[in-house]
Amino acid sequence: MKTAYIKTAFIKVLHMFKYIYSLVFCIVLGISPAISQHTDEHAPAPAASHEEETFDIGGMIMHHIADEHGWEFTHGVKLPLPIILYTADRGLEMFSSSKLDHGQVYNDYKNEHEHIVRLNADGTVNETVHPMDFSITKNVATLMLGAIILILIFTSVSRGYVKNKGKAPKGIQSFLEPLIVYMRDEVVKPSIGKNYGKYFPYLLTLFFFIFINNLLGLLPGGANLTGNIAITLVLAVITFLITNLSANKYYWKHILLPDTPKWMWFIMIPVEIVGVLMKPLSLMIRLFANITAGHIIMLSLFGLIFIFKSWAVAPAISIFALFMSAIELLVAFLQAFIFTLLTSMYIGSAIEEHHAEEHH
Amino acid sequence: MILLEGNSLLNPSPGLIFWQLVVFGLLVFILWKFAWKGILSALKEREGDIEGALRMAEETRAEMAKLKSDNDKLVAEAKRERDLIIKEAKEAADKMVAEAKDRAVEQGNKIMEDAREVMTQERVKMMSQIKKDVASLSIEIAEKVIRKELSDKATQQSFVSELVADAKLN
Repeated sequence: MKTAYIKTAFIKVLHMFKYIYSLVFCIVLGISPAISQHTDEHAPAPAASHEEETFDIGGMIMHHIADEHGWEFTHGVKLPLPIILYTADRGLEMFSSSKLDHGQVYNDYKNEHEHIVRLNADGTVNETVHPMDFSITKNVATLMLGAIILILIFTSVSRGYVKNKGKAPKGIQSFLEPLIVYMRDEVVKPSIGKNYGKYFPYLLTLFFFIFINNLLGLLPGGANLTGNIAITLVLAVITFLITNLSANKYYWKHILLPDTPKWMWFIMIPVEIVGVLMKPLSLMIRLFANITAGHIIMLSLFGLIFIFKSWAVAPAISIFALFMSAIELLVAFLQAFIFTLLTSMYIGSAIEEHHAEEHH
Repeated sequence: MILLEGNSLLNPSPGLIFWQLVVFGLLVFILWKFAWKGILSALKEREGDIEGALRMAEETRAEMAKLKSDNDKLVAEAKRERDLIIKEAKEAADKMVAEAKDRAVEQGNKIMEDAREVMTQERVKMMSQIKKDVASLSIEIAEKVIRKELSDKATQQSFVSELVADAKLN
């Protein structure tokens, strides 16, 4: 009953945000041609530099939501980060990202729009060498920072339970405890059932990982980590693996031998298999799209100031941006919550005993 | 479709996938080992404690209620006993008073009867004495009258009156 209530509540909220997302996708679609133009334009960059510089909002937005080597907080303030490359002929190489700033060449490597390429002696790109890029990029650095913050927070919370044993929780412990208890009693337990204990630590990590990185992404200069498809891909694949590796025979029977007339099977079985794959795929796209969309909206709003080239629009933009920031804070929580809720529900449906299925 | 073609946004970079696997894997492991284990077991323990405390409070309350009803019963019993004792005592006192009264009346009656009997006897004795005295006085008077031998009836009469006056009739 409770899960159903949560589900309907969130479907309602999602419907509300659907309008915002559709707006965002219009913007994305609008920007994309601009990006291709942007790359085309900038290939002969030195030649075109004498022209009057027009503000390229698409390029600005894409630059901000994409990954980069080094961490640029604001124009000209860039924290260098290690670049780690693996090539078949040279093995592992590591150097500072500052060596490749402003199109510089180092060890025959050049940063072509955040894509590291090897150059030939004459300065052309060597197409035969494909360096594997394991650099600590802005996103990787954020990932590590988020992980360190989470470890510091939760080990301190854990110590709090030892220190305040038999007493009321204190400080950050009392702030996070309701969240943990809420996740357990309202999300994980109703979705998975009595065997939730095995999955709960992972689901908590998942929730707080997404939540903290969503929040870090909202900070000025923050990376768009949870809006990066590589991150959501890994999370979705882990959900897929947990779901299918812990699935019981009822789950597989439902997919491979559905309760339909046999002649329907050639439709039903592919549909079910597609359903199995769509679940993690939808998780991956949802988180990626929501967070990226939020960043794009914010950047578009700020970009308007530069497009209008006027201070006069700034107050109105600021109000919109403030409103969007508040919504993004909600989305940061909501998306972490939804990802965890859906993962719990997928696991729950995979380990559900057969008699429970009759209630549906 | 424009989105999907050559857009770095939708092309997961292998390096980031690698680091995500490493960092997230480590994070899951470290938090599992050093955070969730302690937190969840502490939460469970505390919930157990609270549940136990609540149950004990409930039990204690039931016990208290039982004790109270026992007490009430005892008090009621004591009250009844007290009433009984008072009643019995009253009865006994009433009985004693009644008996005493009866006895007193009886005694009184007996005393009165005795007194009456004594008085009757006295009167009888007195009457016989008076009769005797009157007889002896009459004889004396007659004797004196006869001895004087009075001729005059009037003198005789006055003489008799004189004698009668002289006679002390007590």
